[in-house]
Amino acid sequence: MSAHHGPAKGLMRWVLTTNHKDIGTMYLWFSFAMFIMGGAFAMIIRAELFQPGLQIVEPEFFNQMTTMHGLVMVFGAIMPSFVGLANWLIPMMIGAPDMALPRMNNLSFWILPPTFALLASTLFMEGGAPNFGWTFYAPLSTTYAPDTVTFFIFGVHLLGLSSIMGSINIIATVVNLRAPGMTYMKMPMFVWTWLITAFLLIAVMPVLAGAVTMMLMDVHFGTSFFSAAGGGDPVLFQHIFWFFGHPEVYIIILPAFGVVSQIIPTFARKPLFGYDSMVYATASIAFLSFIVWAHHMYTVGMPLTGELFFMYATMLIAVPTGVKVFNWITTMWRGSMTFETPMLFCIGFVFLFTVGGFTGVMLSLAPVDFQYHDSYFVVAHFHYVMVAGAVFSMSAAIYYWLPKWCGKMYNENMGKAHFWISFVGFNLTFFPQHFLGLAGMPRRIPDYALQFTDFNTMSSIGAFIYGASQILFLFNVIHTIMAGKPTSEEKTWEGAEGLEWTVATPAPYHTFTTPPDVK
Amino acid sequence: MHLQAKRLSKLALSPVLLLLTMMSTVVWAEEAQRWQMNMSPGVTEIGAKIYDLHMIALWICVWIGVVVFGVMLYSVVTHRKSKGAESADFHESTSVEIAWTVVPFLILLVIAFPATNTLLDVYDFEDSELDILVTGYQWKWKYEYIDADGENVSFFSNLRTDKSEIYNDDSKGEHYLLEVDEPVVIPVNTKVRFLITGNDVIHAWWVPALAVKKDAVPGFINETWTKVTKTGVYRGQCAELCGRDHGFMPIVVNVVEADEYTAWLAGKKSQAAEIKSLMGKQFTLDEQMVAGKTIYNRSCAACHGMNGEGGVGKAIAGGAISTGIVGDHLRVAVDGVPGTAMQAFGGQLNDVDMAAVVTYQRNAFGNNMGDIVQPIDVYNYKQSK
Repeated sequence: MSAHHGPAKGLMRWVLTTNHKDIGTMYLWFSFAMFIMGGAFAMIIRAELFQPGLQIVEPEFFNQMTTMHGLVMVFGAIMPSFVGLANWLIPMMIGAPDMALPRMNNLSFWILPPTFALLASTLFMEGGAPNFGWTFYAPLSTTYAPDTVTFFIFGVHLLGLSSIMGSINIIATVVNLRAPGMTYMKMPMFVWTWLITAFLLIAVMPVLAGAVTMMLMDVHFGTSFFSAAGGGDPVLFQHIFWFFGHPEVYIIILPAFGVVSQIIPTFARKPLFGYDSMVYATASIAFLSFIVWAHHMYTVGMPLTGELFFMYATMLIAVPTGVKVFNWITTMWRGSMTFETPMLFCIGFVFLFTVGGFTGVMLSLAPVDFQYHDSYFVVAHFHYVMVAGAVFSMSAAIYYWLPKWCGKMYNENMGKAHFWISFVGFNLTFFPQHFLGLAGMPRRIPDYALQFTDFNTMSSIGAFIYGASQILFLFNVIHTIMAGKPTSEEKTWEGAEGLEWTVATPAPYHTFTTPPDVK
Repeated sequence: MHLQAKRLSKLALSPVLLLLTMMSTVVWAEEAQRWQMNMSPGVTEIGAKIYDLHMIALWICVWIGVVVFGVMLYSVVTHRKSKGAESADFHESTSVEIAWTVVPFLILLVIAFPATNTLLDVYDFEDSELDILVTGYQWKWKYEYIDADGENVSFFSNLRTDKSEIYNDDSKGEHYLLEVDEPVVIPVNTKVRFLITGNDVIHAWWVPALAVKKDAVPGFINETWTKVTKTGVYRGQCAELCGRDHGFMPIVVNVVEADEYTAWLAGKKSQAAEIKSLMGKQFTLDEQMVAGKTIYNRSCAACHGMNGEGGVGKAIAGGAISTGIVGDHLRVAVDGVPGTAMQAFGGQLNDVDMAAVVTYQRNAFGNNMGDIVQPIDVYNYKQSK
């Protein structure tokens, strides 16, 4: 299994590489850069909301910040980070030498940096960056949008292209390149969740592309898809957007489920409980994600039967999601647990994601949603599932596989500090936002009535703490790569299972050039 | 003393319970309070039902959380390697999997019943005693009382909070950002139906104490209703991102006794009649300047600047329109400029106010055009279209 040849030298190694590990590394660094940028936008938002009144930014710019924060975090930070993880791990987990379509792999990464450069550049253009929220509801995003909306539309098209190519690649890899003996029901959970995610992506990214194309036509070519004045319907936009948007949140969270399902068994020193049911639960969640989209639109004026259908379907999601949580906890039950940083993040994930799941069930109830909808309660809810879900599991993944990737051990104390500071900061930021929403504070406002002051101040302080903890994370990762304690053990973790732990540490440039035997 | 300390420490051990105790013992007022942590049941029957449903769902989640996190915490504390725990090797149990699929499903069924019932109530639009058309504008609300005789009363409701408070030059008043120049007035114990639409982008009309939130979609009319059981002033805000001043278009609902409402409505109607009678009057420049200034500050200053210096909108001071011919000025003010932020104010200001504000714009900020626009000029312009 030794390397036939090493990587090329210099900058061109990264530009031209078709190696899944190089591409994975680039995805991960790129997504971290976007995470910092999206985080900086969030800091501006929280700084403005620290006290009532307008102190730091004008409302126009505030709206640009909320929009860019959402776009950058969803499309620039979270999604590419899991694609990076998939690139690094899927071939190593299924015993493949590389991804099935390596050149396309290169292209799907290299689309991203120019796209985000384009999106970020709109901040400096006349009229300002997109300011209509990451959900870009028409007609605010068409008739009433700044001119930069055209760049935004082009950007979304490019992102869709990149995601679809990435997904095709993952499906082709998983279907064709599994080592002999690795049947579908023997695949690691991370591979399973990504396989299902890839199908979701292929199904919904074209829908998003359709939505922005209709916007483009409305903005520039005189059509009226989303304008009632010309016979169109603004609500049509929301139906199309959320038909993409709801599966999208599972696109974000399913790979996170996969990560957690890999890590908890390792540190519990006990196999994942209910592997089969985990696979079925993931597939059920994916299926349900297609028939619940209008629960984002309870107040839009749907007929009663529509409300009822989407309410019942949405409530059902709690069942497979509950199965997953129960399985993770039962995996921990009567294990022999240790609590290294990846495990801490996973336990944090299970706890906080479940809290987000609870508020999700509450939000599914249409009549109560008339009070929750578009309030800070929703903001709290989706940050519990996005940040404590996707970002916590991503942090866990980095600490867990970093020693395998670079052959150096991270600093455990610093890792634990990162966990505890972000855990406290996160909850201080987002728990009070439940209260704000219930007391009646709408989301996406740059200034608020005086009775909301105390919890907003608290939330802002929490956000600064959470933001600072990510700098510690960055420092720890760089410190590990530059000066971490070298390790050459194939199995970094005592309880780790899977093919990726059978190759040398650090993982050589080429792995599994001859397929392993899976029993 | 000792007992109390013990009790306190017990409480400290269960922060979740402490939190919930705090949440459920707050004395409710109609207005959101500082440190308010929970939804208010509000002042309608539907609001109370929604609140009950919210509390049922919350408590179910709390108890599931206590059990699930309890098991997890017990496991984390007990089953650790450092305590010598050996890992068991079970990893499958079909019966357990079936159990924790079926039990949550049954719990969901329990919640689904009251949820469906409440939803049916919310969707019962029949037998309204009063219909009000609510239109969302960037960034204000318009209320129109639908009258059987066709004599509709309508007015706009703008944010009243001063810019100086928003920019921290003055101290903020009690109802900072939740006060309007003209609240919508409805009678108590009366089923009021709101027909909701948008003029430009999508807005959402939300008053928490009424438990009403409905999107205002341009080109479509949504309906919702309320029956308030207690007189008072209830405040809300736009809930759907609608552009720059989304955070600055509050809603104030003034719920009054039936006779007070009747008197108010009669007052509004005679006001409208008065405006009609003013249509033929010739105002002096001074009169128009005084009246025009108030209207300018309320309706124009946000975009064109307090001193006509411009901003989002063009400068009024020395501007080509405001120092050009009157006809063009009226056209822009009445019809707006399509495709820009300049709205058509012809439907928002009555002819008397329009005449005053145009006069003001032509003579203030050093423009000194010297011409006086009269209500009849505005009327004639509108007729000539």
